Amino acid sequence: MSFSLSEITGGNPYGLNKEERTKLLCSALSDLTKNHYEKSEHYRKITDAAGFDPYKAEAAGVSAIERLPMLPVRLFKEYELRSIPREEVVKTMTSSGTSGQAVSKIYLDKENVRNQTLVLSEIIGSLIGKKRLPMLILDTDLIKKDRAMFSARGAGIVGLSMFGREHLYVLDENMELKTAELEEYLKKHEGETILLFGFTFMIWQHIVAVLRERGVCLNIANGVLFHMGGWKKLQAQAVDSLTFNAAVREVMGNVSSYNYYGMVEQLGSIFFECEHGHMHCSIYSDVIIRRHRDFSAADIGEKGVVEVLSLLPTSYPGHILLTEDEGEILGEDDCPCGRLGKYFKIHGRIPGAEIRGCSDTYEKR
Amino acid sequence: MTNLEKYNNAFIETFGVAEEQLESLLYQGVPEWDSIGHMQLIAALEDAFDIMFDTDDIIGFSSYEIGKTYLKKYEVEL
Repeated sequence: MSFSLSEITGGNPYGLNKEERTKLLCSALSDLTKNHYEKSEHYRKITDAAGFDPYKAEAAGVSAIERLPMLPVRLFKEYELRSIPREEVVKTMTSSGTSGQAVSKIYLDKENVRNQTLVLSEIIGSLIGKKRLPMLILDTDLIKKDRAMFSARGAGIVGLSMFGREHLYVLDENMELKTAELEEYLKKHEGETILLFGFTFMIWQHIVAVLRERGVCLNIANGVLFHMGGWKKLQAQAVDSLTFNAAVREVMGNVSSYNYYGMVEQLGSIFFECEHGHMHCSIYSDVIIRRHRDFSAADIGEKGVVEVLSLLPTSYPGHILLTEDEGEILGEDDCPCGRLGKYFKIHGRIPGAEIRGCSDTYEKR
Repeated sequence: MTNLEKYNNAFIETFGVAEEQLESLLYQGVPEWDSIGHMQLIAALEDAFDIMFDTDDIIGFSSYEIGKTYLKKYEVEL
């Protein structure tokens, strides 16, 4: 495979314009497609059945990423899709919704694990810098204590924890706020920027609601909160991201909230929402919206099914996936926040799609 | 306790490995040295030597031997 991630790491993950990005995505994703076509028999059968041969496409001069084959995410539940020999698998991420549903299996080798970490670090680093900050984890430590229960919830926490230091889990095993410890921690780190991480619904339910009821504000002078997952329950309560951000500031103080979107099938190349409420693609990822009626690529402002593309998956054919979410592209290269790349909005699950949440996933070896 | 003993102890206590295993120990090489174990190791080393690793060094710390070169960066002589 000729594409190497090291050619593009180290710069600004939001620094390529449309022309530069298109060139990179076309060549990298074509290379990844060929790699998986050669190394994964299942992938080859699927693309052959869809009438796509990456070599013929290349010979015919087809390089548009819209033309590359996408796999529906649920295929990872039905097939063992991997592009490496079984003995090179160091980690198998699994995801599932509620019990009784099938489980996705994502096979990772060392290189893929390392690339995920590296890219996550560049994306997060572009927001908070490379210095590790005192970190509050808005969750319970139970996740960490029982490794057999290690889930995407746990993976999310562990993945982010390397950006922090002196981690404090703020909820006890009964999901009650550890008020005294939290106050002591904030006093100790007064004047420092505090990193906070949690899952959207847990934060809303166990922290925002509780502090509101008590009429308390934590008065954090400078904080950065990353949160993910679980909008479904909040949408039912008519809480959108701007309401959420305002509520966080009301009970925590001067805290900027960054929601992010990603899936266990493409860990690392996450999308996060800037201060203008727009989800951004980095140079490591892209989004295409597909029209419901014929799966053709939709225009800006047109709703459809979200296809996610990532340059990271090398050990499994998960580089181009059709999700079960609905969304729309809002614009490209012109967000007022200054980041280049496409920016989009997720509207939620496609009606009738299988219920699945990243907070309900677990990992096993 | 010498610095090398402190360094070795961090691995032995975090991963439950024997001293003879250390030289060839790699990230993801034993079940205990996974991403969770990695952060536990980093915390143990930071406590033992009163240092703070940069994020990039946490990512780069991929084996027992490579880790030694990172400690040098933080002026810990082993």
